[in-house]
Parts: sequence; C-alpha cells; structure tokens
Amino acid sequence: MDLATRYMGLTLRNPLLASASPLSNTLDGVKRLADAGVAAIVLYSLFEEQVRQEAERNARLVDAGADSFAESLSYFPAGAQLETEPPRYLNLIERAAGAVQIPVIASLNGATPGGWTSYARAMQDAGAAAIELNIYSLPGDPHTSGRDVEQRHLDILQRVKDTVSVPVAVKLGPHFSSTGEIALRLDRAGADALVLFNRFLQPDVDPEQLTVVPAVDLSRPAEARLARTWISLLRHQVRASLAATTGVEEPADVVKYLLAGADVVMSASALLRHGPQYATVLLDGLTAWMRRKGYASVGELRGLLAVPADSDQAAYERAGYVRALRAANASLGPW
Amino acid sequence: MRATIDGNEAAASVAYRLSEVCCIYPITPSSPMAELADEWSSQARPNLWGSVPAVVEMQSEGGAAGALHGALQGGALATTFTASQGLLLMIPNMYKIAGELTAAVMHVAARSIAAQGLSIFGDHSDVMAVRQTGFALLASASVQEAHDLALVAHAATLATRVPFVHFFDGFRTSHELNTIDLLCDDDLRALVPAQRVREHRARALTPERPFIRGTAQNPDVYFQARETVNPFYAGVPDAVQGAMNALGERTGRRYQTIEYTGHPQAERVIVVMGSAAQTVAQTVAHLSALGERVGALQVRLFRPFPAKALLDALPATVRRIAVLDRTKEPGSLGEPLFLDVLAALSEAHTVGEREVLPLVTGGRYGLSSKELTPGMVAGVFGELARERPRPRFTIGITDDVSGLSLPYDPSLDIEPPGTVRAVFFGLGSDGTVGANKNTIKILGAEENLHAQGYFVYDSKKSGSQTVSHLRFGPAPIRAPYLVAQAGFVGCHHFGLLDRVDVLALAAPGATLLLNCAQPPEEVWDALPRPVQEKILAKGIEVYAIDAGRIAREVGLAGRTNIVLQTCFFAISGVLPRQEAIDKIKSAIAKTYGHRGAEVVERNQAAVDRALDGLHRIEVPALATSARQLPPVVPAGAPQFVREVTAQMMAGRGDELPVSALPVDGTYPSGTAAYEKRNISDLVAHWDPDLCIQCGNCSFVCPHSVIRSTYYDQSLLAGAPPAFASAPLDVRGLPDTRFTLQVYVEDCTGCRLCVEACPVTAPGDPDHKAINLAARAPLVAAQRENIAFFESLPVADRSRVDFGTVRGTQFLTPLFEFSGACAGCGETPYIKLLSQLFGDRMTVANATGCSSIYGGNLPTTPWTAGPDGRGPAWSNSLFEDNAEFGLGLRLAADRHTALARTRLSELRDTVGADLVEEILNAPQLRESELAAQRERVAELRRRLETLDGAAQDLRSVVDHLIRRSVWIIGGDGWAYDIGSGGLDHVLASGRNVNVLVLDTEVYSNTGGQASKATPLGAVAKFAAAGKSVPKKDLALQAIAYGSVYVARVAMGADPQQTLRALREAEAYDGPSLVIAYSHCIAHGIEMRDGLDQQYRAVASGYWPLIRYDPVVRESGGNPFLLDSPRPRIALTDYTQRELRYRALRNSDPAEAERLAILAQEAVDQRWDTYEQMATRTARHFPADARKER
Repeated sequence: MDLATRYMGLTLRNPLLASASPLSNTLDGVKRLADAGVAAIVLYSLFEEQVRQEAERNARLVDAGADSFAESLSYFPAGAQLETEPPRYLNLIERAAGAVQIPVIASLNGATPGGWTSYARAMQDAGAAAIELNIYSLPGDPHTSGRDVEQRHLDILQRVKDTVSVPVAVKLGPHFSSTGEIALRLDRAGADALVLFNRFLQPDVDPEQLTVVPAVDLSRPAEARLARTWISLLRHQVRASLAATTGVEEPADVVKYLLAGADVVMSASALLRHGPQYATVLLDGLTAWMRRKGYASVGELRGLLAVPADSDQAAYERAGYVRALRAANASLGPW
Repeated sequence: MRATIDGNEAAASVAYRLSEVCCIYPITPSSPMAELADEWSSQARPNLWGSVPAVVEMQSEGGAAGALHGALQGGALATTFTASQGLLLMIPNMYKIAGELTAAVMHVAARSIAAQGLSIFGDHSDVMAVRQTGFALLASASVQEAHDLALVAHAATLATRVPFVHFFDGFRTSHELNTIDLLCDDDLRALVPAQRVREHRARALTPERPFIRGTAQNPDVYFQARETVNPFYAGVPDAVQGAMNALGERTGRRYQTIEYTGHPQAERVIVVMGSAAQTVAQTVAHLSALGERVGALQVRLFRPFPAKALLDALPATVRRIAVLDRTKEPGSLGEPLFLDVLAALSEAHTVGEREVLPLVTGGRYGLSSKELTPGMVAGVFGELARERPRPRFTIGITDDVSGLSLPYDPSLDIEPPGTVRAVFFGLGSDGTVGANKNTIKILGAEENLHAQGYFVYDSKKSGSQTVSHLRFGPAPIRAPYLVAQAGFVGCHHFGLLDRVDVLALAAPGATLLLNCAQPPEEVWDALPRPVQEKILAKGIEVYAIDAGRIAREVGLAGRTNIVLQTCFFAISGVLPRQEAIDKIKSAIAKTYGHRGAEVVERNQAAVDRALDGLHRIEVPALATSARQLPPVVPAGAPQFVREVTAQMMAGRGDELPVSALPVDGTYPSGTAAYEKRNISDLVAHWDPDLCIQCGNCSFVCPHSVIRSTYYDQSLLAGAPPAFASAPLDVRGLPDTRFTLQVYVEDCTGCRLCVEACPVTAPGDPDHKAINLAARAPLVAAQRENIAFFESLPVADRSRVDFGTVRGTQFLTPLFEFSGACAGCGETPYIKLLSQLFGDRMTVANATGCSSIYGGNLPTTPWTAGPDGRGPAWSNSLFEDNAEFGLGLRLAADRHTALARTRLSELRDTVGADLVEEILNAPQLRESELAAQRERVAELRRRLETLDGAAQDLRSVVDHLIRRSVWIIGGDGWAYDIGSGGLDHVLASGRNVNVLVLDTEVYSNTGGQASKATPLGAVAKFAAAGKSVPKKDLALQAIAYGSVYVARVAMGADPQQTLRALREAEAYDGPSLVIAYSHCIAHGIEMRDGLDQQYRAVASGYWPLIRYDPVVRESGGNPFLLDSPRPRIALTDYTQRELRYRALRNSDPAEAERLAILAQEAVDQRWDTYEQMATRTARHFPADARKER
C-alpha cells in the first residue's frame, strides 16, 4: 500500500500529520508522535504575544534603573540572554529535528506584522523543514475593514517568505467574506500550502463567578464539513498544497478529507484525546479502507470528490447546499 | 583599528589579555573592568597565550589582594581592578608583593577616599595613599593612554620585577567614551616577550625546587634586606621609557615618563598628573599661541619618581612652577607631587646641576571630580605671573575660610572651532544616556570623526536626572571637562525646565530641542519666563517634539530616547539624514539584538516615526510667559536648607564657598522633606469609603508617603474642603475620625500599596481602597490637605498598639521620602524601625544602597519627630559596620554606667526618690519609656543649677533612656566584606541589633553576586548562574546560643516582621534580623515585590524563623518556624524573576540542573528546620553570658 504523499515540496511517508498542540511541547512528545507513525509534526505554536510580551517585558526589566545612577549603570551581566520563549522553541526544533526522521514543521502564531516574524529565519536555521504561519486574526475592532484583515495576512506571509527558503504554509480561519479569494491571493503571494481551518476559540461565561472564562474545546467531526467544503472547492484552483485540519476523529474522517482533495490531513484533538499512539489507529484505518476499496496509493483517491476544475463553483456549491437542505427537510420535516 | 570605548574597557582589554588570573571585587568606578573580565572569561575568550583567565570574585579587596599575592607567588600573571577604599584594603599585600619583587599590575580608577564624607568620584587620594608601598605608579591621562599605558605597565613590571599600579581618573577617564586606536595582540606580544613570562614563572613556589619566601626577619638583617631592591627601582624609569618607546615604534603614539609641551623658553610651567594634564596642555597651546611663555609638564610615572627625566624635560628658562595635586594631605607641608618636584629641583640646584631654582608653588584641584577647566588653568598661570604668587593655593572652588582659592575666568573657551558640542538633559528612565552612547559610537566610527561622551548622574535611584555631554570633531578630543558652551541642548523632559537651568550651558545661537506634549503653537507660552528670556538673550533656535506620544505609539512608553536621538541627528546635520537614520537603526540592532527582534523593531519604528512630529518653534521678540520658576525649597525652610541644601538641589553646589559647609561632615536631618520631586505622574489615592483601616498600605510604602492618624471629629471644623476622612473603625473611640494622607509630591507611583490593599470594590475588582491616580490634578488640594494633616495632633506613642501592623502605622515614620528605587524592598523595614524605635535609636549604616539613599547629599530621609527626637545616623565604611555599631554600643553602655554612677552619687542632692525611680525604671513598654523620659526631664531641671558631678551627669543624662543601637547593611556587607566583623560582634554578647537588608546581590554597585546570591540565579560575576548555594547566616548565628535571630519577609507576613523586630530590640544581647528585600536587580516589576516575598516564603525558599534565647532560658524551644510548609514549587517563585529566567534562556540544561539542586536544597533545609522546631530547649546551646 503506497501512502507516500507530497506536501509543499516535502516527501512524506503518509498523509497524516500531527498539527500544533501541546503534544509537541517537549522532545519526548515529538518522539512519541513520530513513533506512532505520523508523517510530519507541526510543533506547538510560538505565539506572537509570547515573543512580543516576553521581549518587551524583559527589556523593560533590564532597562529599569539602568543608566540612572553612577554606581550602578546596569543591574544584569552584559549580554544576558533576555528572550525566554524563542530560544526554548529553537532549542526544541533543533533537538527534535535531530531526534526524528520525519520533517519537523515550526509554527508561528500571530495576527499582525511585526518583528516576531523574523523568528521564521531562526526556525529554519534551527532545522525546521517548513514554517506554518498560523494567522489567528480576531478583528475585535469594528472599524477594521475586511480588506485590512486580508492585507494583514498577505503582509505577514510576505515578510516570512522574504526571510526563509523553506516552504511556508498559511493556516487561516474560515471567517472571510470570500474565503476562496483570500486563498487565491495567498496562493499567488507564494504560500506553499494552505491549512484549513483555524478554529475560533470562543470564550465562555461563568454565571457563578460572573466572569468570562477561556474555553478550549477539542474539535468534533461535524466541524470538518466546512474545511472539507473549501478544500473540495480549492483543490483545482490553487497551486499550493492543501492541508485539512479540524474534526479528524475516525479513520473515515481522514478518508473524507483526502477524497475532498486534501494533500495531508492533520490531527490534534484526536491525538490529545486518545494519545499519540492513536495515529497508528488512524493510519491502519486508512489502509484498511483503501484495501477494502481497492486503492493502491493515496494518489489514486485524492480529490476524487473535489469540485471539478472546469465547473461553476458557486453553482456547484449552491446545488450541493440546496440538495443537502432538501434532504434534511425530508428527514426532519419543514422548518 | 579604532573604537569608541571608555577608559575602563580600554584598560581591561589589555589587562585581560595579559593575565592568567584576575582577582576581583566590585567598587565604583572600577567595577566595569572586573565585570568585563568576568564576562569575557565566561565567554571563554582567551588571553594572549590562548588560555582563558580565571576570574575570581573575592569577599573584599583585602581578599582580592591576598588571592592576587598567592597567584603571583604561584607563578601566574595576575591582576586586579580596584579604587578608593578598595585600594586601601590592599595596602598590606602591596607591601608584600613589592617587597618580594613580584611582577604584577593593579589597574585603578582613581577615586576619593571617604573622609568628612564618602565620594565615589575621581581624584588621586587613593593612589597617593599607596605611593609608599613599593609599587610603581603610572598615570594615564586619557582613554587612549589608559589603553596604551596598561600595556606599558604590564611590560615594565615583567622587565623590572617591580609591581605597578596603573591608574587613571575615576569617572573622568574610566567612564568617558572616546575614540581610540586599539592595540592588537601582536602589539602586546611585541612588548611582553614570552621569555619574561617564563622568568616570572620560574620565580614561583614549587616543591620541585623548594625554598621559603615570606620569612620573619630580625634586627640584624631586616634593614639591609630592605635595601637590596634599590637597583631594581633605579632601573624602572628607563624600563618604562623603553616600553613607551617600543610602543611608539609600533603604533606611532609616543609617550614620555615626564612630558613637556609648550613654549621652548617657557618661564611659567604647570606640573600635573592624570586627565587634567590634557587640559593644561591644551590651555598652554592656546596661551602660547597668544605669545605667553608657558609650558605644561605631564607626569606619567610618579613612582619611582623620575627626577632626572623631570629635570631634563623642564626648560632652563623656567622661573615659576605651579605643581597641581589632585589630593589633600591635611597637615603636610604640601601635597606629594609638589614636594617631589620641589625636592628634585632644589637638590639639583644645591649640587649645581641646575643654575636657577625656580619658585615652586603647590595647588590642589579637582577633588571628587571637581572640574579643572581651561579658565582655571589660565587662572593658575595668572597667579604665577603675579609678583608674589601664593605658595599654596586651591583652584576650582571659592575658599573664603583659608583664602587659598585662586580667581579665574570661567568663560575661557579654547576648544577648536570644528568641535561640535551638545548636552542632553534627561531622566534615567527615558534612556537618554543609552542613546547618547550609541550616538557617540556611531560618530566615532566615522572615518574622519572623533567623538567623546561623558555622563553626569544625580544621586537618586528613582526619578534621577542625567546630563550627557557630547563632543565630536575632526581632531582627537582632548577636553576632559564638561561642555560649557553647547551648540545643541536637548531637554528630554519638559518638567526639567522648572528645576534645572538647562540653558546655562547653551552657547549663543545654540539649538534647543524640547520634548513636550504641547502642540507646536502652544510650546512657547508653556515655557517659564526665565527660560523664554534666556532663549531670547542667547538667540536660541527652538525645536519641539512630542516624543512621549511617538514612543507610546510604537510600544516603547516612556523610552523617548530613540525619537530624540533621531531628531538630534536631523537637526544638527552631523551626518546626511538618511545615512544617520540607517546608522541609528544598525546601532539599535547591535545594542538591542540580544533582547529580541521585537525590541529591535519597535526601536527602529521609533526612528522612522521621529521626524514626523518634529517642529521648529517660532520664537517671538518678547517673553510672554508670566510663569516664574518655583522655589527650590519653601521660604520657611531652615536657613541651612535655604542657603546650602537648596543650592545643591538646584545643581549649584559647585558655587558654594568653603564657609557654607560644615567642618566635620555633620548635616541636619529631615531635609528630604524639602525636596518635592514629583517624579511620578501616577500617585496613590485613598478611597475612604472602601478602606478597612488595616494599615497595610502605609506599612509597605517604601517612601513613607502614606500616613495615617486618628483625631477627634471636632477638629475637622477647619479642614480644607478636599480633606478626606472616615469614622475610625475601632470600638471605644466614638466621634473619632481616621485619615490616610498621601504625600503626592513624594510618591513614586510604585504601586506596592495597591498590591498590599486587601479590599476591592464590589463588582469592580480593579478598584481598591487605595489606587493610583493622576498626580497633576491632585497636587494643589493635597498640599492643603497635608498642611492640615500635619496640624492634627500626633498619636500618643504610649497609647498606640505596637503589637499590630495597624497600630504601628499611627507612629510617625522618621525615615521619609528617600531617593531609593521606586518600590524598594529595603526601605519599608527601615521605615518601620524608625517608627518603632526612632526617638531613641542610633544607626550604624554599612556603605551600600542604604547609605546612599540614607545619606547621599544633598538631602537625607532620616528625620526627627514632632518632639525633635529622631534616629542619629552614621556611616563608617563598607567593611567595618558591625564593629562601628558595636563601638556605638560600647560608648552608650559606658555612658549609661557613668550616668547611673553619678546619679547614685547625687542621690541626696537631687532627691533619693527620683534617683531610685530612674535607676529601677523598667524601659520595655512605650509607656514605661515615656515615664522615664519625664523623670529624666525632671532630673535635668534639678541638675540645671548644680556644679561638679552634676555637670558630668548632665553630659550623659540622655543615656538614662534606654538606647537602641541598630547596625544596618546589605548582604554584600553582612555575607561578604563585613562577615568577619559581623560574626565577631554577634559573638560579643553585646546589645546590638543587626538588620540585614538581603537583596542577594551587591545592589548599589549594580548587581554583583555575593554569598547571599542563591543557587541558579544569574548576577554579575555569576553570569553562568550561581553554582554555590546561599550561606545560611541565620543558622550560623543560632549556633552561638546567645544571639536572637530572625528571618523575615514583610510581603509574606508583616505581623511576623513586626514581632521579630520588637523582640530583637527588646533582647538584651546581640540580635540578627535578616530581611528579604526584593530589588530591581532581581528582574521583577517592583510592584510585584511583595508577591515575590510571599512566593519566596510559600515555596520554602525563605522560611520565616525566630530564635529567641530568652525562650530557652525559660525552658521552651527557642527555635520557632513561623511559616507553613512549602505549598508551591520553587520554580513558581524563581521563574517570575529575570535573574533566574536569564539562565534558562542562555543555558537551559544548566538552569534545569541548578533548579533541581535548588529544590532539593530547599527541601533539605525545610526538613532541618522542621526538626529544629520540634526539639526541646536542651537541644540548643545555652546562653553562657554572665547575668546581665
């Protein structure tokens, strides 16, 4: 059975990737994921906020009191390393890349262009096979226009592309007026892969404490439908590789994504829920399904159910929507 | 290769490369040399021979000298860096090292010696105090010389076996940035042949060729043996000149041991040593060009004194000589250089080698970095031209007591016209100095430019002001004095205009760049009238920018430096604009690179944004402002404060004449109260409705700006309208009001009070009973409120509950408004002591942060209460504080005994009842002390008219009130330099109270490691993480059995702190209280200081303990463990501090290793303590002192 896959120029042993999650926080976690059979690992995200805040806070702490009093013009050894998170992250990349045989993809998570993007180069130098740019944009400011939000994605991508030679994937959210168009623009701007989709983690309200609480729910298979729809639409529209993420629980979910046109399928929630070894279950399931259906390689089945390149996509989608709605009506009655 | 570096780096770069061992100890202004050596060593940078020098921090300079001596006897090439008191501590070893003819170099940033007061600034008092040790003394006059002559010293010592002190002027040279040509390794190799190094090694102690050195000698041979070294000293001047010549051959920079410049037939000559030689030489060139026959003689080699070179260099035409000494020897016939020059000349004349004996006068100049300007040099030449020049004089001050000072014209300007001069007034916190250092480095790197930077700081650790003096031009800058005629003046903080005469240094037609929030059209009117008038009078061009806004917008709130630096380049045009911008950005990348890309990017964004907001301000023809400058101190301040203190506060201390100053270093208390510094835009603000009157906020306030009182509500009748109060929350006192008064003009906005406040408003967790609010709108009303508050009756001390945090906060603090860092962790303890015992307290204060914020002129926070009583404070030295305090105790004990004896003798005269009452009075409770005070007052009245023994009694009668002697200092003192003395004093059994303010580093000198620095923390001299655990000083003291010991942390348990301090004071024997003091050197937000104290205790890192020998006497377990079992991991405490995180960043594996060991150490110690806490009295040593 040939599971070999190409993803943004990387040759992978199969189409299952571990996406950014706490599992890849440590070298041990990375090794366990690799041992379980995933084809590549996207490390946990280095967050823009971490980089910005750490650097800014540490610089402020070092500056406090410096050059103020003749006897103590500084309070820390000159050249003291002030960045906390980036060195740790780079150290992890270096050790992970040396410890496992599969590509290690670094993940940078941010929303605004800034100095943090320059860490992409350091990540490459530390041994990252590719960079996944996780653009987690939550435009809370009601005065920010949609175009500005889109432009920010392109600016960040551009800054990173300018500094690295390894492939760069963009992980984006689904909340665009025209998701397809931003995908095409990112594709044109040089994104080597599009990772669909980021999940918008909405905070919750605690009615007892009268406070807003952060809420992180693991994804469910039903959430996969949105990503699958867009992957099937974009399959023949973009040059970039397509990665599916969100809602991979069963081997069948992997199969569905591949049929829709995903080059690779990523999982975090299922691996968190069941442990890294669950990757083996997903891959075994995929192999079993292929054997049952008579496919010898993933290349044969990839994109079978994607929107054909020459079809009217809006109409295709609308048709699928109407058909699905009719079916729902039929089972649930009019509503 | 050229570089723009300071004198410390210039010297250290050579010393490090030519050494195998560096024995170091921090002392200003030489610390940076040691820090650089340590840093290079930790980076494994090799010396000239490929090995990495061992850099070892010792417990004191005495220790460093001992280790140096040993390293030298072991055959290593060894060096040390020191200054001032440090050099004095090395003297005994210097005699030994020289007596044994051992090649060595000490690099000294020459500094004043503490006399009537300590000074960290530059003069030759220290090096002159070692001129008799047998060390050669070689003086550098500039940054370039500090680099070159460092090499000459190392070369000459190996050639002659005579050890060298290579020195240069503290701060003026050690901290001046200047563009110099660097010596490469081959230059060093050429002057220091390997053969000499091998000869040095061959003289080492080795069992392979055993001998003894360091014998004890008898009268038969000591004298002769002492004379054996003479030929070695005789050869030194030629050897030094030889090394100088070799250096000149390689580099083109030619030096003479004694160098003459000036008119070939000069009649008047000034002889001088150190940086002032440059000023004298430049002034001589200026005067010679005007036709005056004057000359300058620069002494580089002072010991052995090169008399021949001096005589050879001095033109035969010279008739008048003034020798300038930068030191003072009270009682001597003259200062050392003067005497040597005079002796050399008179001897030459006497033996007929010199036909004419010139008239030689001796003058003192430049003590404690006092300026020597070209005008002063001209003044000295002017004096020499008089018919009868004063034989002894001073220059640079006004001496209206001895009449020694010479007049001079301060306006003489001899600087070449191509030199650009600029001054910048900033605050320490805004980064002005850092940006200016970059400016100097940028300009110094230009092919055809030379640059100089010198920085002046005030003596406050919070809200401090800085003045940067920059010069650059096509020729090397040889002007070791402050800029006085600046073409560019930057005022980086608008509020400074009210406090400092920033335009005093502006040349006519200068440019002023103002940082101000006003729109351009409102800037002129916002200026105080005197500033407007000066702008008009000097024809000054004005630019303005709201740098604060731009800094905020790019995410660098408060750091206006980069914006203003960019504006300086744009306005001054010293470089083409785009080129300047590119270079600033590249300097930013270099300076801030290790802080991360984000920091670099923000600063670079500030550059890009800077010029958008820069405006040229239209200067009208007339001054329009009605606003005068506020008075420095209130008109009602005491005369000394108005006439002396205020002058110093206003930056006019240089103008004070000798007669204005106290003769013996005695200054009035309570002067910080006159210094309304208004340094924080946000200040504490009380919400009386929410307040539960717990006292926590004022308890922790490091600056004593939060006061509480209670009073009968009828007194509110005359209160100002904004005066806040609440019903006193206590039973039994109806109709009583409570007020928490904030001294807003003294508040530093540190926020510790807000963090300490236990209550929050329902539904608004961010609002507490004390909050930070904008200062400006509060000031006027709060001034009235404070005046009213101070008119309210002060709480009766005998009715205040000393046992509770709340109660103590009704006691007046007698330590207020110090210039310590905002949020200081030390000062709350000192303030509390002053509240509890201040009216009968004597303080011996070790040198360090607490002696600086406690006693650095112009003001002191130590003050007196309404009854006129308050702490009497003194600082002796760094190393001897425990002994000094013991001396105070011994004196008090003797005088108490004397008073009691005399009182008994006078029993019948003054009344037996009173005498008995006084002699037998208990004096533990405050009410008992109050009663005793009344008795002593009555006794004093009865003694008034009596003679004889009564007079004697009157002189010591105060000692009938129990005196509280406190010995206060930091961990550098208690754990390191003063450790031996502290140990001895604790073992003395005497009633002294020791408070160790443990910040776990040498805070005052910038965070060097001490033996209190914890395992795994990064500090200077422990850049790779401290790998030895902190010393358990408490357990050491407990071992004596007779010492009361406590470890406290106010942020974790204020009640325990209070209890420990009271028990320590009440204990009739030595007491030691070790207080956790969070510090800026920990790398924390200071507002989190109390929380970190809590975590230190909660993690078990800082167990709260008390050991009370009195409890053992009564059969109980004297060891009390006051804190609960550790309930958080050590890392939950440590990883909130940059000192620990920094190691995780630079060496994660080592950080992890040390963190595991540190956690184990905490667990082990906790087990030990827990076991101790469950023992019985007999498990602890008895207090063996005789009945007291």
